[in-house]
Amino acid sequence: MTEYALILIGTVLVNNFVLVKFLGLCPFMGVSKKLETAFGMGLATTFVMTLSSACAWLVNEFMLVPLGIDYLRTIAFILVIASVVQFTETVMHKTSPVLYQLLGIFLPLITTNCAVLGVALLNLQEHRGFMDSVVYGFGAAIGFSLVLVLFAAVRERVTVADVPEPFQGSAIALVTAGLMSLAFMGFAGLVAH
Amino acid sequence: MITAVAAIAALAAVIGALLGYTSLRFHIEGDPIADQVEAVLPQTQCAQCGYPGCRPYAEAVAKDDEAINKCVPGGEAVMLALADLLGRDPSEAGGIAEKPKSVAVIDEKECIGCTLCLQSCPVDAIMGAAKQLHGIIASECTGCELCLKPCPVECIHMRPIETTVRTWKWPFPANQSPEVPAQAQQAA
Repeated sequence: MTEYALILIGTVLVNNFVLVKFLGLCPFMGVSKKLETAFGMGLATTFVMTLSSACAWLVNEFMLVPLGIDYLRTIAFILVIASVVQFTETVMHKTSPVLYQLLGIFLPLITTNCAVLGVALLNLQEHRGFMDSVVYGFGAAIGFSLVLVLFAAVRERVTVADVPEPFQGSAIALVTAGLMSLAFMGFAGLVAH
Repeated sequence: MITAVAAIAALAAVIGALLGYTSLRFHIEGDPIADQVEAVLPQTQCAQCGYPGCRPYAEAVAKDDEAINKCVPGGEAVMLALADLLGRDPSEAGGIAEKPKSVAVIDEKECIGCTLCLQSCPVDAIMGAAKQLHGIIASECTGCELCLKPCPVECIHMRPIETTVRTWKWPFPANQSPEVPAQAQQAA
C-alpha cells in the first residue's frame, strides 16, 4: 500500500507530467480557459489514461512480447489509446452532451496527448507490474487534472486582471504556466522515486 | 512479418468490434443539446429571432454557434439561462436591447372584428369573437408583432411600454460607464 501511495505522490506532485516532464501541454493551454471545461477535461483524461495504461500493459504482456513483435509497440499503443478515447467520446456524448460540446475538438485530441502515450511507454521502460502501471497511469492523470484545474482557476482571474497590452492572451498564460512549473519544482526531493 | 501484420490486424478487429458494440449500446436519438435549449425558450413561435420557430432556433444555437441573445420574448432571462446551460459568454447581449419593449394595441374605431389577429397570436393574448371588438391583454402580449400583418384594416399598432414607478429598473452598469466592458473584452 505504501508503495502505491509513493507512486501516487511521486507522479502527482514530484514528477508532474505537465509541469515537470512537460508532456501534454496542448490541452493544458487549450482547455484551461474555463474552470468547468478544465474539470471535465481532467475527468476524461483521467479515465482515458488509467484505462489505456492498463490496456497497453495487457496488450504488451500477452500479445507483443509472446509473438516477438515488441518493435510494433508504439503503433499498437496508439491503436489502443485511440480506441479508449473513442469509447470515452461515445459514452460522454450519451451521458453528458453539454460537456461533450464544450470540450469539442479537445476530446478526440486526447488521442494525441503525448502524456497518455508517455505513461504507457514509461511503464514498460521502468518494467512495472500491472497494478504499478495502473496506479502510475492514474497518478499521472490526477497530476494532469490537478494542474489543469489550478491553471484554469488562475487564468480566470488573469482574464479580468489589468495585464499590459503586449502580454495579453496566450503570452501571460505561458508566463503563468512557467511560474507554476517553478512552484512545482519545490516538490523535487519530496519522494526519492 | 506475417505474424506482425496478422497480430495488429487481429487487435484492430477486436477493438473495432468492441467500439461497434459500444456505439450501438450508447446510441443517441436526436440532438440532446437542442432539446435542452428548446426547453429554455419560451415557445411563442414568434420568429423574431429570424428562424421559423423556437425549435429551428434551438437547433441553430446547439449546432451552428448562433448567438444566444436573439429571443425577444425571452429577453435577458432566457439569454442568461442559455449562457449558463451552454457555457457561453453572457456579455453577447445586444440583439435584445435594439427595440424598446412594446405591446400591441388595437385601434377600436377601425377594428372590424375579423378574428384574423386572434389566429396569428402565439400566446392567445387577443380576446374577441367574430364581428365583435377585439382587445389585447397587455400583460400577456410578448410584442412579437405577428398580429400586425394579418389585420386587413391595419388597426393594430405597437406601443412601447412606458416606464412607470413600478416597472423601472436600475440600468446595467455597462450603460453608465462604457470603458469597463471594453477593457474586459480586450483581456479576454
